[in-house]
Amino acid sequence: MADELLKSTNLPHDPERATLEGKNKFLGFWFFLGGETVLFASLFGTYLALKNSHLDGVPASELYGLGLVFIMTMILLTSSLTSVYAIYHMKNNDHKKMMLWLGITVLLGFSFLGLEVYEFYHYVNDYGHGFTTSAFSSAFYALVGFHGAHVAFGLGWFILLMVRNRKRGINLYNAPKFYIASLYWHFIDVVWVFIFTVVYLMGVVG
Amino acid sequence: MANQNNSTNLTEKDLFYREKKKEEMKHQIITFAMMIIFTLIAFGIVMADVSKLFTIPIIIVLAIVQVGFQFFYFMHMSNEGHSWPTTMIFSGIFAAFLTVLALTTIVWWG
Amino acid sequence: MSATANKKAGFGSVLWDYLTTVDHKKIAILYLFGGFFFFILGGLEAMLVRIQLIQPDNNFVSAQFYNELMTMHGTTMIFLAAMPLLFALMNIAMPLQIGARDVAFPFVNALGFWLFLVGGIVVNISWFTGGAPDAGWTAYTPLSIFSESHGLDYYSIGLQIAGFGTLMGGINFLVTVITMRTPGMTMMRMPLFSWTTFIASVLILFAFPALTVGLFLLTFDRLFGANFFDPSMGGNVIIWEHLFWIFGHPEVYILILPAFGVFSEVISTFSKKRLFGYSSMVFATVLIAFLGFMVWAHHMFTVGLGPIANSIFAIATMAIAVPTGIKIFNWLFTMWGGTLRFNSPMLFALGFIPSFTIGGMTGVMLGAAAADFQYHDTYFVVAHFHYVIVGGTVFGIFAGLIYWWPKMFGKVLNETMNHWFFWLFFIGFHLTFFLQHFLGLMGMPRRYWVFLEGQGLDLFNLISTIGAFFMAAGTILFIYNMIWTALKAPQAPADPWDGRTLEWAIASPPPFYNFKQLPLVRGLDPLWIEKTEGNGKMQPAEPLGDVHMPNNSFIPFVMSVGLGIAGIGIIYQVDNPMWWIVAAIGFIIFFGSMAVRSLKDDLGYHIHKEDFEKEGDGSNG
Repeated sequence: MADELLKSTNLPHDPERATLEGKNKFLGFWFFLGGETVLFASLFGTYLALKNSHLDGVPASELYGLGLVFIMTMILLTSSLTSVYAIYHMKNNDHKKMMLWLGITVLLGFSFLGLEVYEFYHYVNDYGHGFTTSAFSSAFYALVGFHGAHVAFGLGWFILLMVRNRKRGINLYNAPKFYIASLYWHFIDVVWVFIFTVVYLMGVVG
Repeated sequence: MANQNNSTNLTEKDLFYREKKKEEMKHQIITFAMMIIFTLIAFGIVMADVSKLFTIPIIIVLAIVQVGFQFFYFMHMSNEGHSWPTTMIFSGIFAAFLTVLALTTIVWWG
Repeated sequence: MSATANKKAGFGSVLWDYLTTVDHKKIAILYLFGGFFFFILGGLEAMLVRIQLIQPDNNFVSAQFYNELMTMHGTTMIFLAAMPLLFALMNIAMPLQIGARDVAFPFVNALGFWLFLVGGIVVNISWFTGGAPDAGWTAYTPLSIFSESHGLDYYSIGLQIAGFGTLMGGINFLVTVITMRTPGMTMMRMPLFSWTTFIASVLILFAFPALTVGLFLLTFDRLFGANFFDPSMGGNVIIWEHLFWIFGHPEVYILILPAFGVFSEVISTFSKKRLFGYSSMVFATVLIAFLGFMVWAHHMFTVGLGPIANSIFAIATMAIAVPTGIKIFNWLFTMWGGTLRFNSPMLFALGFIPSFTIGGMTGVMLGAAAADFQYHDTYFVVAHFHYVIVGGTVFGIFAGLIYWWPKMFGKVLNETMNHWFFWLFFIGFHLTFFLQHFLGLMGMPRRYWVFLEGQGLDLFNLISTIGAFFMAAGTILFIYNMIWTALKAPQAPADPWDGRTLEWAIASPPPFYNFKQLPLVRGLDPLWIEKTEGNGKMQPAEPLGDVHMPNNSFIPFVMSVGLGIAGIGIIYQVDNPMWWIVAAIGFIIFFGSMAVRSLKDDLGYHIHKEDFEKEGDGSNG
């Protein structure tokens, strides 16, 4: 039975849900994302309640630069598509192509994270907008930082999966793992869509 | 999945699913294009500096539609076998909506 | 590994077995002892509180210590006693009731327990390091961000860790119910306890993240200089109240719904009747959960949310009385015309109905926003929530423990002692809390460490304290009963109560694989159907075959300890940055063991058909 699980030939067309363990992981992770929705909603709510409490600091409308945010958005949206490609090739049992697309996703993720670090650095140094400056700044960094931490965790997860499975093909044991990691990545993108809308765009509009 | 080993219709079946996945992948690309367009519109409206009362509802609706695409197509929530995930995500959205609503309306405004 | 368990194991190997177990029945026992330990601790704190209030102007404890006692009493009882004890019942009963061999995520189940235990210990370490949390169990800001000792830091970090554990437990139960049911066990044939476990887990999934965020913000404010709740920096203290109660009110239903489930099982079994109005019971449970998310602001009527918000939340609150009323009547109609047996679980169920109804009634009173301005923060509130939580949840926990004790330990608790226990506890409970309604109406505020002489509060407080001693005596008797039963009681039969559901179809305690062959379910109360229409045994739904089992793992324990160490480091880094090293070590242990878990294939193992055949019959009904 164990070798059955680790064999990478003759995979069913939905390898991520073909075993009971896979199906459990699939459902459990979706439910977890349901919980994450409330987690981010709490952070969004906190941010919205505090977004005008900037005291003597820079208000949101003068702080955000849309150019950088636009680039970051495009990068993260694209990485969402590349992880769709990775799962597409996983379902076709094409290990090499899956790894390639996952690699691209990870690279895009890192460039997003790099830009975010630069953005924070820029705010702190050029605007004096630190974590402890005002209630607004705390709420901003808590929300965007939580998202950033999710991105970082997702990258670590992808890398670990790729390293572990670099030499073996797709099988019924690792397919669910790849699948839920990509679900997580899409969810990160979902949250970002609201961040760029609610935080940045609405912040600029005022 | 027992009939996977049935060698007579294996290729036919395989080909069928391969076609189906390809078709799905086409939809994904369209989805992606739509998402990019929505993002452009949202950024565009804000840059164009039109009235606030007009901009905010539009960008929020665009975000919601975009997230719907992400859930239903990229995350395959529209496929079969997703009724429980859909239930739970919508329950989560319900709780999330109440949370945001409360924190944006009934707090003390400083 | 052989299917026949080794009977005589040394202490070391038993300890190792429990540290590494992923078996839901053993995890249930761990939850039971963990939860009961904290139940005793919270009880001791309550006793000290009551002794302090035995007479006016008492000086038994200092004001500061009193604050710590009442804060820790509430925190301990809700998070560290009631929750894990319910999880013990869920773990032992739910998988057996739906005919599963295991839960969906055995590893995560174990991780959930160890996180709860480490979190509970972290909160309680504060007693020895300069003062426990002292801002009430709700830790309202700004009081909690200006509390001087590290107590509140222990509170936020400890509950954070325990909360992760609970969330994981909740997801595990959800998936177990959805995917692990035996053939024929449709959702609408599930015993009500499994249903309430499922719904309570839904509530956990959507309520705990709000607490997670609230606690993170509190931690950031206290330890990292953030300004969420500091009004002088633009912060807003109401955010904490909202986040806390968005979690906190569903939490109340997380506590009560499983107790409802226990009573539904107990009342139907000891009335020898199927549950009256099964589908309306399920519907009422779902409805309570749904409404439970829309009522949290009734804890905040006096905050000043405005008349519109107050009215909406008042109406939603009162609406919850409807599904709850449906349940009460269903239980009564289940007993109506039944063959009643007054075993101790049934006594608790009978004691529950009037007690909880009083609690529900005062709940509606408190739900009337205008009247609440009068009741708010008085002993009336204290009386109300003890009537629902003790009269509902704690009675439910005791009924469930006594009912499923044979499934956990293979022995039936002594009935005579349990009857004494019930009466001591029941009388003590009403003595303690009934008069507190009137203390509240007379104007005695809650959380004060003394009250003054000559205000007519003396006698009722004295009686209340006497009642608390009755409850303590009952609990001590129950502990004695546990020990006596372990040493002296004979082995229990598979079905000591003439049960109706699947867990009574297998041996007490069940073999580690639960069901040799998954049973075929033909309707609601499957075992009862086989008793009345079949030969009294469950028919198998599958031929005898290999059974897949998960491997034991030490990683959940290591991960949890790592997170605990990291938490302590985070608490003390404000005093000395060197503590960052401790935090880093903790995080390395935590993420390192997570990585080990994900890098190492864990495929489990199989019990082979031949081993079952060698073993012969007798373990499976």
